Amino acid sequence: MAKKVAFLQGNEAAAQGALYAGCKFFAGYPITPSTEVAEVMSIELPKIGGKFIQMEDEIGAMAAILGGALTGAKTLTSTSGPGLSLKQELIGYGCIAEIPCVIYNVMRGGPSTGMPTGPSQSDIMCAKWGTHGDHPAICLVPASVQEVYEETVRAFNLAEKYRTPVMIMPDEIVAHMRERIVFPEPGELEVIDRTAPSVTPDKYKPYDTSFGDVPPLAAFGSGYKFHVTGLNKMQDGFPTTKAEVVQAEEERQVRKVEANAADIMKWEEYLCEDADVIVVAFGSTSRSARFAVDEARKAGIKAGLFRLITFWPFPEARLLELSKKVKGFVSPEMNLGMCAGVIKGCIEGNAPVLGIFRVDGEPVNPGQILDKIKEVK
Amino acid sequence: MAYDYEKYIRPGKLPHIWCPGCGHGIVMKGLIRAIDTCGLKKEETAVVSGIGCASRLPGYLDFCTLHTAHGRAAAFATGVKMARPEMNVILVGGDGDGTAIGGNHFIHACRRNINMTYIILNNKIYGMTGGQFSPATPTGDKASTTVYGNPDPAFDIAKLAIGAGATFVARGTAFHANQIDKLIAEAIQHKGFSVVEILDDCPTTYGRRNKFKSVIEMMNHLKDIAVPVKAAEKMSPEQLKGKVLTGVLYKEEKPEYTEEYAKVITRAQAAK
Repeated sequence: MAKKVAFLQGNEAAAQGALYAGCKFFAGYPITPSTEVAEVMSIELPKIGGKFIQMEDEIGAMAAILGGALTGAKTLTSTSGPGLSLKQELIGYGCIAEIPCVIYNVMRGGPSTGMPTGPSQSDIMCAKWGTHGDHPAICLVPASVQEVYEETVRAFNLAEKYRTPVMIMPDEIVAHMRERIVFPEPGELEVIDRTAPSVTPDKYKPYDTSFGDVPPLAAFGSGYKFHVTGLNKMQDGFPTTKAEVVQAEEERQVRKVEANAADIMKWEEYLCEDADVIVVAFGSTSRSARFAVDEARKAGIKAGLFRLITFWPFPEARLLELSKKVKGFVSPEMNLGMCAGVIKGCIEGNAPVLGIFRVDGEPVNPGQILDKIKEVK
Repeated sequence: MAYDYEKYIRPGKLPHIWCPGCGHGIVMKGLIRAIDTCGLKKEETAVVSGIGCASRLPGYLDFCTLHTAHGRAAAFATGVKMARPEMNVILVGGDGDGTAIGGNHFIHACRRNINMTYIILNNKIYGMTGGQFSPATPTGDKASTTVYGNPDPAFDIAKLAIGAGATFVARGTAFHANQIDKLIAEAIQHKGFSVVEILDDCPTTYGRRNKFKSVIEMMNHLKDIAVPVKAAEKMSPEQLKGKVLTGVLYKEEKPEYTEEYAKVITRAQAAK
């Protein structure tokens, strides 16, 4: 039987991907340019017995998906720049209390209200450093409508597997463009559910590290009763200020992601094998970059594309490896050099990083990237 | 009659953090009696709080307990209740937590009329941070940030709840300990969003700055200002000056949010 296809917008694909992953609860607040996710979820969730709620503000929406997630549901919220700033308080809560959930953030111009309908890629540092304190960060940056769907499914899987909030961040172009999408059949994509406790309620501890760095999470209302707090906590979930416990727990919370980076990281290398110049790009910018790389190859320049699909954790080791073989990197991005800075931070000065930084609400075009590729000597 | 509070207290979690003379413990005991009266099962009950002295209360109770971020209890609780409507959800918090930083979540929880009970322990001050004025601090009072007298008018929390759409609103005091459990029990049994404001005392950060010489004096003050709603009906505006009404202040039956959402599901599935 032929697979179901559709001509879909990125935001609509995110909602469909969330449903495929088993999302049963959505809380949101209207914000351009991500509102379509909320609209689709408000229509589709009740059809399958799921719940949609429009909250009073962005913070409330984040709180509601954390509360919903604690009852065992897979939960989603969607937002954009200013909303992401507001959600940061409780993204930190999700990190320390280790509550799986997915935050879909469409990158628009900023800071503040910025350019609400203009594309941007300037929230990527906010995904890692936006909330205070040390915490794990997982951030996915899809580049096509198909990939928005598939990466949304993966975002839920990673949230459930590592018991932490996961962000998926298309730029506004990817979120609003329409493309052909082929829907995966049920069972075709992996769908991961959080590990349920294997002990009886009287033995259960919500942060029991004898089960490893990702302790099983029970659901409120399932017969297990336990305490959840945003304070530094012990294995039983109660607050502590005991130095060695706080140190160990903080390290574990970060380690559970960092030590599993190989499982979480995803990127695509296009013509990088023999490349003298590698363009590192993500989201819609990577589409311009691919075109520019093809043009460069036609002109006899050995160019390649390193396309980030996971932004955090960042593929530091692989870029370091490649930096020893190339003459330079090009980093086209819709911000003032955030990704370029991260690249520089992991290649030990082995190669120059030439940037193309646009914050004028226009995409980086292939010609700009081609010109920059040619500058690498 | 000795009451078996320990049945509902988490083993090993006492003593509590509250100062000597603080009324929060009186309210906690009232809440336990109310829960017992209503027969709520521990595994099926979530007690949710924000940040502050009062918000530490759930940690002592042997239920599904969720100590959230400052002001966010109502929003977290809304997520819990929506995702699992069969759970009993009780919120506990202070006046600053609930009506300042959490004010937006509070009024919208009232508006939705979602079936939860919010117990606000109103001691008119931010106690945990050392006594700054809250939205419930009376004008002219002293706090660590109003040493020249508070210029702000105060919220009447019960009126705020009624105005925002809560369908059960009651007020008690930490002095009237025997009334607390009855008010909370009635609130829990009410279908819809119920608010119970308990006027409480903070001798450490409020009393000593505002001419209360002792905890006993603060408790006597709560006793003196409280007027049951029935008694107030027979009193003149003159007699009611400086008094606070206690008891069930407001009650109405209105569609409850999770039940209304169940109808949304029915309509969506019919239209499929």
